Amino acid sequence: MNPQEPVIKTEKLTKRFGDFIAVNEITFEVYKGEIFGFLGANGAGKTTAMRMLCGLSTPSAGHATIAGFDIYRQTEQIKRNIGYMSQKFSLYEDLTVLENIRFFGGIYGLGDRQLKSKSQELIERLGLQAEAKKLVGELPLGWKQKLAFSVSVLHEPSIVFLDEPTGGVDPVTRRQFWALIYEAASNGITVFVTTHYMDEAEYCNRISIMVDGSIEALGTPKQLKSQMNETSMDGVFYQLARGAKRGE
Amino acid sequence: MVTLNNITKTYNKGALKAVDNVSFTVEKGELFGLIGPDGAGKSSIFRMLTTLLLPDGGTATVDGHDIVKDYKQIRSSVGYMPGRFSLYQDLSIEENLHFFATVFNTTVEENYHLIEDIYVQIAPFKKRRAGKLSGGMKQKLALCCALIHKPTVLFLDEPTTGVDPVSRKEFWEMLKRLKQQGITILVSTPYMDEASLCDRIALMQNGRVLSIDTPQGIIAGYPSSLYAVKATDMPRLIHVLPTYEPPFNSYIFGEYIHIDMRVMDDQPPIENLTHFLTNAGFEDIEVVSITPTIEDCFIKMLTK
Repeated sequence: MNPQEPVIKTEKLTKRFGDFIAVNEITFEVYKGEIFGFLGANGAGKTTAMRMLCGLSTPSAGHATIAGFDIYRQTEQIKRNIGYMSQKFSLYEDLTVLENIRFFGGIYGLGDRQLKSKSQELIERLGLQAEAKKLVGELPLGWKQKLAFSVSVLHEPSIVFLDEPTGGVDPVTRRQFWALIYEAASNGITVFVTTHYMDEAEYCNRISIMVDGSIEALGTPKQLKSQMNETSMDGVFYQLARGAKRGE
Repeated sequence: MVTLNNITKTYNKGALKAVDNVSFTVEKGELFGLIGPDGAGKSSIFRMLTTLLLPDGGTATVDGHDIVKDYKQIRSSVGYMPGRFSLYQDLSIEENLHFFATVFNTTVEENYHLIEDIYVQIAPFKKRRAGKLSGGMKQKLALCCALIHKPTVLFLDEPTTGVDPVSRKEFWEMLKRLKQQGITILVSTPYMDEASLCDRIALMQNGRVLSIDTPQGIIAGYPSSLYAVKATDMPRLIHVLPTYEPPFNSYIFGEYIHIDMRVMDDQPPIENLTHFLTNAGFEDIEVVSITPTIEDCFIKMLTK
């Protein structure tokens, strides 16, 4: 990770819905190749903030650039330069492995020739040759996750957004998934991830914790623990979030 | 209070075994947890016990009633909170609660003492439609509606999934108070750290029960020794540990790496490991013997 190269840069980014301030002047930077954990209680404003960062929702005030593109004027370029994966939305279960790769690759703007070589390469790298023509719904959960993540970075984005990617996943598969995240980060892809597992907060280079629309803490897990005088991230989160006034 | 004997449930004409020969018993007044990831079979078990789904094989009873023959008695006596919010979105808090009380031939007043603790937290919004409530408030309302007819057994299917750690803690406080009122509770969760809050748990994976015991019993049954290791340069540590002889299983766990070692393999393990890591050039090495968590036990069962 390189602090000289911010790929996400926000300044007083704000989103209001009528009188309600969902996201309140958040300012932070995320660097190239960094694993950045974006934490907060339900209703803290994480999803709204993420939607703005992905170019899906126009901010009410403030500034931000994502992969060098302006969050107001260049949302289409932003969408082309990011990947997205969540537990709730990943792959189509009733399409085959190959069809899913082609479909999402196409959406991310890859041409026919690129799609052909990329999908072949991916299937070989994941060792899914025998499964290429099987429906995704028939794959074990661990494979589905690997595939979903690989598809979200197929177009070599600068940033990948992962929204609770490991919810409901068994502890062994969860750790295999983090190995993939580390690999992507070491290849220079910036990883922006939300999670409710506090042990996973430890695996991030830096984390921010949102409370009622504002970023209340930002730093390495080690810094936050020592600042708040806690031995675990669970304790840090509890101290900050229990003061929250609003629910989801 | 609840018994399952070799219960099996398959889908897709037998191609998918969702619940595979599961047996266990839940005692009266017990807080029993089904712990496991998605696809473990938790929801299928709940649907069979609440008579919404028929088993392919095996038998089960709830409060002495057979889940196939006596479905009417079971439906009128249990409380069920499914994983997906399933109250009437366009009825208010108050209306939902009265509706469920009426359906079960009772009144809100009659059993108010059971829900008072929880209801007072949402009562200020009682005229608001359920569809307009926050996630936390929906959850509290759903729990009130599942309790209002004074069920003999309360079935809660993943009530805390996707919920942040602070709200999860609050939810478990509510369950503890319900348990004190003598209600038998069956709850499922994918979060291993919630296991320790149950009286007994069944660890599940792919339709099978891996182990049933008290959380303490499962931890005490951990068959080998567990160590936590930390040093500068954790990414390199992850790659260096698998080169140790004799080999062991290691995996990240929060800020540490956990190492699972058979007791007889290496003596004295802490000194030998520290020596090994010093030779490999690590600094600030910390190696400690630790008590496994339920998550460690689960990993052990999956990697056996």
